[in-house]
Amino acid sequence: MIQHLVDGVLVGAIYALGAIGLTMVMHMLRFANFSHAELLSVGAYVALVFDKLFGALAPVLTAKIGPLSMSFALALAVLVSMAVTAATAVLIDKLVFKRIRERGEELSMVFASFGVALIVRNLIGLAFGLGTTLYNSDIAFAMVLSTDPLILVRPDQIFTLSAALVLMVVLHLVLSRTTFGYALRAVAENASLAQVAGVNLRRIVIAVWVIGGALAAAAGVFYALTNQITPMIGRDLLMPVFAATIVGGIGSIYGAALGGFLVGLAANLALVVLPSGYAPSMPFLIILAVLTLRPHGLLGVARA
Amino acid sequence: MIGLISYLVFFTTVATILSIAVLGLNLQWGNTGLFNGGVAAFFGAGAYGTLILGGTPQEGHIGGFALPYPVALAGGMAAAGLLAWLVGRLTLKLRHDYLAIATFGVAVTFENVMRNAEWLSGGARGLRGFDRPLQELFASPLAYNAVFLGFVVVLLVATYAFLQRLVASPFGRLLRAIREDEEAAQSLGKSPARVRLISFVTGSVIMGLAGGLYGTFYAFVSPQDVLPILTFQIWAMLIVGGAGNNRGAILGAFLIWGAWTASGWALSRYAPVEAQIYAGSIQYVLIGSVIVGMLLWRPQGLFPERLVVSQRGRHPVPAAAE
Amino acid sequence: MPEPVLSCAGVTAGYVRDLPILHGVDLVAHKATITAIIGPNGAGKSTLIKAIAGLVPVSAGAIALNGREITNIRPDRLSTEGVAYVPQNDNIFRTLTIRENLTLALRRAGARREAIFDRLMTQFPALKDKLDDKAGSLSGGQRQFLAVANALASEPRLILMDEPSAGLSPKAAEEVLEMARALTDSGVTILLVEQNVTQALRLSDYCYILAEGRNQVDGKAADLLGDRVVADIYLGGRRKRVNA
Repeated sequence: MIQHLVDGVLVGAIYALGAIGLTMVMHMLRFANFSHAELLSVGAYVALVFDKLFGALAPVLTAKIGPLSMSFALALAVLVSMAVTAATAVLIDKLVFKRIRERGEELSMVFASFGVALIVRNLIGLAFGLGTTLYNSDIAFAMVLSTDPLILVRPDQIFTLSAALVLMVVLHLVLSRTTFGYALRAVAENASLAQVAGVNLRRIVIAVWVIGGALAAAAGVFYALTNQITPMIGRDLLMPVFAATIVGGIGSIYGAALGGFLVGLAANLALVVLPSGYAPSMPFLIILAVLTLRPHGLLGVARA
Repeated sequence: MIGLISYLVFFTTVATILSIAVLGLNLQWGNTGLFNGGVAAFFGAGAYGTLILGGTPQEGHIGGFALPYPVALAGGMAAAGLLAWLVGRLTLKLRHDYLAIATFGVAVTFENVMRNAEWLSGGARGLRGFDRPLQELFASPLAYNAVFLGFVVVLLVATYAFLQRLVASPFGRLLRAIREDEEAAQSLGKSPARVRLISFVTGSVIMGLAGGLYGTFYAFVSPQDVLPILTFQIWAMLIVGGAGNNRGAILGAFLIWGAWTASGWALSRYAPVEAQIYAGSIQYVLIGSVIVGMLLWRPQGLFPERLVVSQRGRHPVPAAAE
Repeated sequence: MPEPVLSCAGVTAGYVRDLPILHGVDLVAHKATITAIIGPNGAGKSTLIKAIAGLVPVSAGAIALNGREITNIRPDRLSTEGVAYVPQNDNIFRTLTIRENLTLALRRAGARREAIFDRLMTQFPALKDKLDDKAGSLSGGQRQFLAVANALASEPRLILMDEPSAGLSPKAAEEVLEMARALTDSGVTILLVEQNVTQALRLSDYCYILAEGRNQVDGKAADLLGDRVVADIYLGGRRKRVNA
């Protein structure tokens, strides 16, 4: 039971990172982006490439950081991956979503996002193979937090949780302390007023993709680090991340963060009573529960 | 020769069945503007429902009620409708993203439950023990299949005729009104949420019919038949055919199903053995590209709806404030 | 007569192409004056002010600011041209605090930021005590003050106000309009849409009456105020017909 709670929080942090970016895109660009979770896959694989590259260029970087299975090379690769994935998100917007958006067809964007997801996911499969891989094949030993009840936590999990929290705090500071953050929140509340107040909407849209892509990359690497790398990361995390946005209320960044943890917890706790084969159904059941009890989510506001 | 005819009958039957599903989606998307990300679930509900109600008793799971075929098929359609009502009731009053997410979620969950709930669906092994109706009257499988093809064509024509009349009726005009301008429709005293729910459930029942026929044709259904790719294929058919146009939807279904089977055949024939496991990925990329490509370069489809009176496109975007 | 700041010549504009709401409207606003646009519902008053702000596409005619054409300006460039637009509703960011609203408005002010901020605080003392409250918690009148303070932060030469007194109590409306009057003393030009005709005529220097998207009458506010015929035809009579 407590192990489920711990696991729920750990994976919840990853959902939260994915959901923050997704909720921003859904709110500002007004469409459910089914390709967002593929950015997590992109992030995981880009980090894999640069991890290998840095390791080959400077073998000293392959040393592991403390008790983590993560090397210095991977730590650097994460940062590069955040940048590359952010650029990928902006590029996809430019190539696909922006053009459809400019014709004013919001609903077509949802279709297009499915198409983009199919293309990205399967191109990754074609490029890297359909099998699974790991950043580091050494076995990472779990720490025993308690023997009765038995609670195991791997150092990597502690690291990913802390790193995810740091990213969220940084985002919070940007939103609440910088003029850029005010502009972002202003656009989120009332885009046309923000525009007449001199905010350049195109730049804000790019910023949203950059933030969403970077956070997705981090989430993807963290998920891959604590599980494994497969082209199906996006497919498997799609519903949990969507559930987190709905739990929090679409458009609420803080709601998405909270929703991520709640979905992680609820999904893991549900497995106490349900066979683990039903895990993929959990996000949908959570969505149904939220839509029944509180359709606009915990922190969301009704919007037509 | 017999082989070719036999294959053509087989191909046409599947394409006809999928056309019915595309017509169901066209009612939702083309005529009402409702996004359904879970076509596979409603199709699957029809297939599983029909086979469970009409099948012979099997060990290990419920079902095998051996009901008369029309009752079983109607039961499958009702199962699809019920599922649609459940999802629609919760989401159709909210902004459209919720319907998209919930319908996609229902498909993921449906496949997951069918895979795991052995007592209900036979689990990953699928659902067997269904005797195709009236099969004993026919000497050869080909003869049976040819007659079955006739049966599904009749149902396709009936569905088509039903939808054409529906779209031309006052209710059809109401659907369009809501799609084009919800506020105006509301001001006429119509409840858009209710009208949308009727359209959504009706479209899903039609998908359930297609699923029931599909299950009947194969006398078998498994979780492999209700994967999300089915949803994407059916969308591609509608988008290629041109949303809003029933004839285009049918043409799109044949076109995409032909392209899908042809590309599968070509890959299995010409791709090197070691690349065979990637054939699926290549086909998925192709379907994805068809969807994105059509939306970018020919959003009205190859056979667009006549007399498009869309007012979409006049809103400057991004426009969070309205 | 002071120099013209804003001039509209034959402006035709509307939300949907081929369905103009304005049909060739002319208008001039002179420096350090208040120009009011009045007229019955559906006359196109707000559309005109939005067309000037670049929010409604102009299909014919020209809009010039200090002799420079700004027709179909990108709305986010308004402030760099020295124009501020205060919409009728939702004219402040409710989810931001008052300080955040003002900081956002002041972000291009550079070195003058402190000075402008201090001046706004003396100008709008009501906002000073509530700097860290969410703007959504302000009363209607205070919201208008914040909206105008946001507009003034960019030190505009021209302020476009869409019904600044709408929805306010008579007292608050009076305060807002008096503040507008005071602004012109510092050289700012104001163009406003006003629903309350007598108030608009009392307050403004020059008045344009629109009906059905066309110029009807214009003149000095004081002259129009006294002209009973004008009031009957364009402000009373026409309204009845439109509503019927």
